[in-house]
Amino acid sequence: MSYQNPPTTPRKSATFDDYTLSEIRRAAQTGIYDIRGGGAKRKVPHFDDLLFLGASISRYPLEGYREKCSTAVTLGTRYAKKPIELKIPITIAGMSFGALSAHAKEALGRGATMAGTSTTTGDGGMTPEERGQSQTLVYQYLPSRYGMNPDDLRKADAIEIVVGQGAKPGGGGMLLGQKISDRVADMRNLPKGIDQRSACRHPDWTGPDDLEIKIQELREITDWQKPIYVKIGGTRPYYDVALAVKSGADVVVLDGMQGGTAATQEVFIENVGLPILACIRPAVQALQDLNMHRKVQLIVSGGIRNGADVAKALALGADAVSIGIAALVALGDNDPKHEAEYQALGTTAGAYDDWHEGKDPAGITTQDPELMSRLDPVKAGRRLANYLKVMTLEVQTIARACGHNHVHNFEPEDLCALTLEVAAMARVPLAGTSWIPGHGTGGF
Amino acid sequence: MRTVDLSKTSLRELNHDLHRQSSGANEMHWEVINPMGLHAVAVGVDAPIQVDIRGSVGYYCAGMNKHATITVHGSAGPGVAENMMSGKVHITGDASQYAGATGRGGLLVIEGNASSRCGVSMKGIDIVVKGNIGHMSAFMAQSGHLVVLGDAGDALGDSIYEAKLFVRGSVKSLGTDCVEKEMRPEHHKELSELLAHAGVEDVKTTSFKRYGSARKLYTFNVDNADAY
Repeated sequence: MSYQNPPTTPRKSATFDDYTLSEIRRAAQTGIYDIRGGGAKRKVPHFDDLLFLGASISRYPLEGYREKCSTAVTLGTRYAKKPIELKIPITIAGMSFGALSAHAKEALGRGATMAGTSTTTGDGGMTPEERGQSQTLVYQYLPSRYGMNPDDLRKADAIEIVVGQGAKPGGGGMLLGQKISDRVADMRNLPKGIDQRSACRHPDWTGPDDLEIKIQELREITDWQKPIYVKIGGTRPYYDVALAVKSGADVVVLDGMQGGTAATQEVFIENVGLPILACIRPAVQALQDLNMHRKVQLIVSGGIRNGADVAKALALGADAVSIGIAALVALGDNDPKHEAEYQALGTTAGAYDDWHEGKDPAGITTQDPELMSRLDPVKAGRRLANYLKVMTLEVQTIARACGHNHVHNFEPEDLCALTLEVAAMARVPLAGTSWIPGHGTGGF
Repeated sequence: MRTVDLSKTSLRELNHDLHRQSSGANEMHWEVINPMGLHAVAVGVDAPIQVDIRGSVGYYCAGMNKHATITVHGSAGPGVAENMMSGKVHITGDASQYAGATGRGGLLVIEGNASSRCGVSMKGIDIVVKGNIGHMSAFMAQSGHLVVLGDAGDALGDSIYEAKLFVRGSVKSLGTDCVEKEMRPEHHKELSELLAHAGVEDVKTTSFKRYGSARKLYTFNVDNADAY
């Protein structure tokens, strides 16, 4: 009678997990890296591991639904003759017409306007639908300069010079040929159906000294009326924010790696840049060191999902936040009602990220007329407005619990962290202690 | 003619006054003296007026010009006539980097030389340089014409789309996906009109070579990865 080892449970490698194996097979078969939309999907330290210390004996709270908690934000007070006045501290991030359908852009404008906030153009110029439906529209000034013209510059309420974005700091973009309709091609001065590269650097300036002159030019063209934002991807936030301020920015937009893109390489999205949580305190530190905190406003983005995230970002020193992916989800992106179609595309609701292919069942990241028609811009705009209002109510709820009558009265001392990493990055004490890792004893 | 002395009047005031001409121009001819190398002189003009700038200017002179005829009687710093929409910008001296960058229309004439990246990302502008141009000129050029009576530096037309390049002198090297193309009758006609528009006489179109896109990189193909 021969001895037989008892069977062991099959064990898969933690290093070579199912996703990694599938990516190796995919690369071997196709010979091209994976391109997708969205932001970093890997787990990174985030706002979830921060908690608010509600009021008690040492601080007293405000009465919900009775005592006022203001949410208004003014952006661009440094130089602009006409700063932006928003009712809520949540803005809509730049997303291009081309990456998104005209209906989706219109819906973003409608929703933002209903909620009293701004929306932002993207790497494809300004569409009449968007301008028409957006009470406050920020016009992006991008390296590609697709569609750039002085008339739209003057129609905008603010100008955002895009240096980089969190999903791909240091990288340009690519809009694949299948999404280049006649209208998209015409707005970008390029032939229909060819891949369109968006440059990674501006064509006519390099470095902070040039940027200062570029900002001066844009101010001169618009007679110093419009606030000028500078958007950067989160990599070296202390120095980049300091240089943006030095260059004359009215507002700095800082985007972490969870922030979405229309399309770039998976390897880029997941391995370049910092989570937004790691960016905010160094950015605020730079503003404080220059005596510019609250004078140059800071908008942060990348993975903002709910009012708690907003409140935490504000508590760490931001003036406002920006949302992109969450706004698309509010419009209807990745809705399980399209599950059969997602399955047909080889994915599932919640995971669909091949936005560059233009086959979006929800009709948002597409230029296909049939798919586009699925999105009703009025109804989708209403959903976005509802979502923004819920987030704002959530921020107010937490603010009142912490005793604040304005959302800008949040402070880092309202927070503690559940993990060492988040305590170190957010520079707030580990829960139940007065210890801020890397910063001595900290303390209240 | 109205004369503005930039040693006495602020740049902001000059540009503001020029912008006011958009709503019914009442002063058709402007002269700017003592520009002192200032940046952003006569930017965002949107009226069919004539502006003569007596002296050299810094960055972005005539940026985003529409309809105006702007002459710099001197040399221009980086980004002259950047993103020009229409009209004409004329530099009697030399131009620095990025001349005519992203320009969407109009005519830019440079009597002297232009530095690197002349016509970078151009989107419809016509540029005529009577001297030489520097390296990486017409990088990612989308449409429009770049005419060079002298020589071109390294990597001319790198990653070019549909812009047309005409060079009379030597080309140090061509950039990725940029190739020499046949000069057919329609190109001679096109070039002849551009030269006439730029005030160039006694130059035969037969002395030029034409360059443009090989269109091999228009759709990403991993087998072309070595080209990048």
